[in-house]
Amino acid sequence: MNIVACVKQVPDTEAQIKVKPDGSGIEEGGIKWVMNTYDEFGVEEALRLKEKNGGEVTIVTVGPARAMETIRTALAMGADKGIHICDPAFDGADAYATASALAAAIKGIPHDIIFCGQRAIDDDSGQVGAVLAELLGIPQVTVITKLEFAGGAIKAIRPIEGAQLLIECPLPCLVTAQKGLNEPRYASLPGIMKAKKKPVDVKDAAALGVTVTANAKVAKFIPPPARAAGKIICGDDPAMKAAELARLLREEAKVI
Amino acid sequence: MAKGVWIVAEQRDGAYRKITFELAGTARKLADVLGEEVCAILCGAGVEGIAGQLGKYGVDKVFVADSPALEPYTTDAHAAAVAKAVKENDPAILLLGASTQGKDLSSRLVGKLATGLATDCTDVKIADGKLLAIRPMYAGKCFGEVVFSTFPQMASLRPNVFPAVENAKAGVVVKFDPALDAGQLKTKVLEVQKDTSGKADLTEANVIVSGGRGMKGPEGYAIIEELAAVFGATVGASRAAVDAGWRPQSDQVGQTGKIVSPNLYIACGISGAIQHLAGMSSSKIIVAINKDAEAPIFTKADYGIVDDLFKVVPEFTKECKKLLA
Repeated sequence: MNIVACVKQVPDTEAQIKVKPDGSGIEEGGIKWVMNTYDEFGVEEALRLKEKNGGEVTIVTVGPARAMETIRTALAMGADKGIHICDPAFDGADAYATASALAAAIKGIPHDIIFCGQRAIDDDSGQVGAVLAELLGIPQVTVITKLEFAGGAIKAIRPIEGAQLLIECPLPCLVTAQKGLNEPRYASLPGIMKAKKKPVDVKDAAALGVTVTANAKVAKFIPPPARAAGKIICGDDPAMKAAELARLLREEAKVI
Repeated sequence: MAKGVWIVAEQRDGAYRKITFELAGTARKLADVLGEEVCAILCGAGVEGIAGQLGKYGVDKVFVADSPALEPYTTDAHAAAVAKAVKENDPAILLLGASTQGKDLSSRLVGKLATGLATDCTDVKIADGKLLAIRPMYAGKCFGEVVFSTFPQMASLRPNVFPAVENAKAGVVVKFDPALDAGQLKTKVLEVQKDTSGKADLTEANVIVSGGRGMKGPEGYAIIEELAAVFGATVGASRAAVDAGWRPQSDQVGQTGKIVSPNLYIACGISGAIQHLAGMSSSKIIVAINKDAEAPIFTKADYGIVDDLFKVVPEFTKECKKLLA
């Protein structure tokens, strides 16, 4: 089985995000870079699928030079090889441009199933998986928490508001991983050693034959609106404070 | 020349989702600035009867794609139908809900229409005749102003943020033939397992009562459930509580869980790790109950009580019951 897992390197969830004074982006100094949480679930599921059915897992990323660490992490977890799409032209690229690059790279290799995270926790766009599926002309099942493969098709659980769907989809297809799909493994020390020798192809936009467009562009980054200082309800008696809170929510905030 | 503001109406089992009215109201506002029309595209089976209702929310024209293949929702069928309608009519702006369905559909459409999309927006406006979409990034740790260079300019709107304003317009119903090719429909919904709790999903809830590590264990949530019952609220949890196995993953609020924006968010025993704050800071009113006065949650709270939640919450539940009686 030919399995592809797309990953993105993103700031750790504990990272403080500071907007540059000119609003052109965020300050990258001091940020700890990690594999996007949702991509970890995708890589883990890819590895489990390979362990059960045989085959190969290829990791693909679009990102600057530092993103190579994220490919190595996935290789250390057990993936077989990597493609690193590395070109300054992709800095700040939108979903369409990123997916176009991924599609160009993936078209060149056999692919039965492609995993993406349901969204990246940096730009929170959640678009790349679906755009990639469209550009490859394959169906998608997004935001899944369970996956089974049998008889050339997958069955996946997709939670929606107030319900869970069981969806069937033939291969080749693309799925996007949601928390709950699995518990990603840690890379073992031998895994980390082996990862150093696994092949990673580095490609730029020209090599892939893609032109980078920005159909949607973040023209300006802005800090979140500050919340006015709140009221701390003082006193010694929990019951009195609880009563005061209820009163304020009703009379002042008018939410109950 | 691309013209008009379009929305993708979202229905389930023949009834509109609330987000549809929020989309209509917002589209009307944008269209009035541009002096253009609001159109909706409604996909489903046997949905023609509800199409006209959208007139009440400011929609001029409703395109109805009615076909058994459009029920229940699948990406293949809905994306094909909406893309066809958009290509034939060339709207300038296309709005969808940032619901599970809207997110799935909108992102597939980006591929089909080779355009750009701003996901999960909290504000949209017209600047220099074009759409300017404002959206949280890094789960709300910063915001981005998104501009577009292609048409349609697409935005998905966060549920519960935009008002569903009534504004009577004609709501003329037009039949639209999606001309679906059965060979293109690959995915099949085998089963729909409905949640029978009757509670709103966290992303759509008006009131959320959340518990964190301070709940001390799964049994601690009994008092949270009791308080939630008073408001018909949905129960949420911090990542710490979910990772400890006290609550299901679907309850998690935060950067790696659900991003929520209720009218009232009550955080009990939640210290306020940055990734949690990121997921709930667009709530309208935030209440924090925590015994640690230094807990970061108090920096986001409109109202705070520093005390033992096991003493405060049951009393607060009693008071609210009294008020609502």
